[in-house]
Amino acid sequence: MAKKPQQLAIDTRPWRDTANHRPFVRIKNVTKKFGDVLAVHDVSLDIYRSELFCLLGGSGSGKSTLLRMLAGFEQPTSGTIEIDGQDMTDVAPYNRPVNMMFQSYALFPHMSVEQNIAYGLKRDHLPKGEIADRVAELLSLVKLQDYGRRRPHQLSGGQRQRVALARALAKRPKLLLLDEPLGALDKKLREETQFELVKIQESLGVTFIVVTHDQEEAMTLATRIGVMNQGEIAMIGEPTDIYEFPNSRFVANFIGSANMVEGTVTEDEPGHVRIRSAELGCDIYVGHGVDCAPDQLLWWAIRPEKMALSREKPFTAHDANVTAGIVEEIAYLGDISVYQVALESGKRIRVSQTNSVRGNPDAITWDEKVYITWSDNAGSVLTV
Amino acid sequence: MFRRGWFLPIAAALGFSFLYAPIVSLVIFSFNESRLVTVWSGFSTKWYGELFRDPQMLGAAWLSLQIAALSASIALVLGTLAAVALVRFRRFRGRTLFSGMVSAPLVMPDVITGLALLLLFVAMESFIGWPRGRGMLTIVIAHSTFCMAYVCVVVQSRLSDFDRSLEEAAMDLGASPVRTFFDITLPIIAPALVSGWLLGFTLSLDDLVIASFVSGPGSSTLPMVIFSKVRLGVSPDVNALATIIIGIVATGVLIATIIQLRSKPKKARA
Repeated sequence: MAKKPQQLAIDTRPWRDTANHRPFVRIKNVTKKFGDVLAVHDVSLDIYRSELFCLLGGSGSGKSTLLRMLAGFEQPTSGTIEIDGQDMTDVAPYNRPVNMMFQSYALFPHMSVEQNIAYGLKRDHLPKGEIADRVAELLSLVKLQDYGRRRPHQLSGGQRQRVALARALAKRPKLLLLDEPLGALDKKLREETQFELVKIQESLGVTFIVVTHDQEEAMTLATRIGVMNQGEIAMIGEPTDIYEFPNSRFVANFIGSANMVEGTVTEDEPGHVRIRSAELGCDIYVGHGVDCAPDQLLWWAIRPEKMALSREKPFTAHDANVTAGIVEEIAYLGDISVYQVALESGKRIRVSQTNSVRGNPDAITWDEKVYITWSDNAGSVLTV
Repeated sequence: MFRRGWFLPIAAALGFSFLYAPIVSLVIFSFNESRLVTVWSGFSTKWYGELFRDPQMLGAAWLSLQIAALSASIALVLGTLAAVALVRFRRFRGRTLFSGMVSAPLVMPDVITGLALLLLFVAMESFIGWPRGRGMLTIVIAHSTFCMAYVCVVVQSRLSDFDRSLEEAAMDLGASPVRTFFDITLPIIAPALVSGWLLGFTLSLDDLVIASFVSGPGSSTLPMVIFSKVRLGVSPDVNALATIIIGIVATGVLIATIIQLRSKPKKARA
């Protein structure tokens, strides 16, 4: 069932309208300790039906532990997990309406592809004919019709990944958990598979929770992302929120790359804020109010692509938002070039520019003096 | 340095001849025509014929096979259970001690194991009246105990590189833990079980010392019969018998090894 455009705004973003939508998965104050190690600390999270939610974090951030608690392989030390209105905290994994796709795929090596996919259906004691139909349907869904009789070790990595997905979908779970689903694939295949995964998820309407350490993957797949850090949720939001409006220095640094400078508030008005930054060697004029106090120390983060380079000093209003430096390094990436500019303070700022002119002979080069500018709302003011 | 020279081939030849020359000569002399073991007088298979007409030998061989099959099977069940417990319950106190204790019988001198078991059986008989006397039953029990150690070690190594997420996947798909064990765990560790059983079988077939301690009248195993015969002078039919035993044991070990090797690379790829 394809999404209808007019439903987009209402149906697919229930988290924007929490009053009228009941969360499908409710994680309430869940904590998990392994001995003295706090793996997950007081995590609360609501996930809505048909979402593709990504848990993003580095290794040891607790994302996999959280997923394993949803599957029932780990018991929360405290807190509750509700799925579709039912408390699942103490329900055994084999009694949950949840299936999981494992990072290693965990295909049964002694069974054929068909037997692997049929395994869960057989446990439900479905009639033979129905099992065969469902297996055939799933094989065609993942485009492996001709591979049903093969053993897992006779398949390529990408094919195994699709078998694992088909097996996890076989029982039509209400909720599918995916642990680094694309982690074992090479880059090209991963990009193709990402879109396929989204397509399958949308056509089946199953709620997906994906664990990944790859932010690009999370950005591509997710309706919303939960960034995890040291067992806690650092931020929950849509990919654009997380990238453009990070709520903390951790999130700003973790997602994409960011230039981060320290500064003090010199003007604090409802409509704008002025921050003096010695590191940057200029004032930062922020075109919106910020919840802060005069003289407060805070951080300002800006993405490399949100700034512009020029040889001439550009005009800026409010005597702010422009600084100068020397080009130290240039990383040519084809579509863009990343310039590392050393400011007078010694601080290094990364600025990326689109290479829109082919083989530009007039491009800014090493050791040139350049001005860096940005607009009033290009950066994020961070207080934590 | 030694790569191209003659050193390595010669060293290997010497080593292997040291190991196998006695066995080869035994096999050759089993086809000797002469009654005198050390004098070659022509090729013959008559001692094999002689052997199969000796009821004492045949009886002992049958008894040994039964004991070997029984104790290997008992050891298989107990050893597997021990291995599962040791590998799976990772964090219980004294786990290292337990796994050391399981493999201790591997290095324990047979004389001590035999003596200890004999004392135990005697004590048990006088206190609880079981096992009554010594015979096949006591040999089976004794062999099960030391074969179990071998099974446990083999299964343990297989289990420790077993991907736990396979079992989790089965449970996730709705299989109860018991079901998971029979559907997933057992088929995957089956090669280790087969080779463990074969190992136990051959070890039990070989054993002389422990069996001598715990056997009773009328229950002499094949190695015991051979040993008592040899003490009265080596007769050529013993050579024939020894050749057959070597054949059986070698086949068993070979099959066990092949099964182990075959199952490994497959698992690595899957």
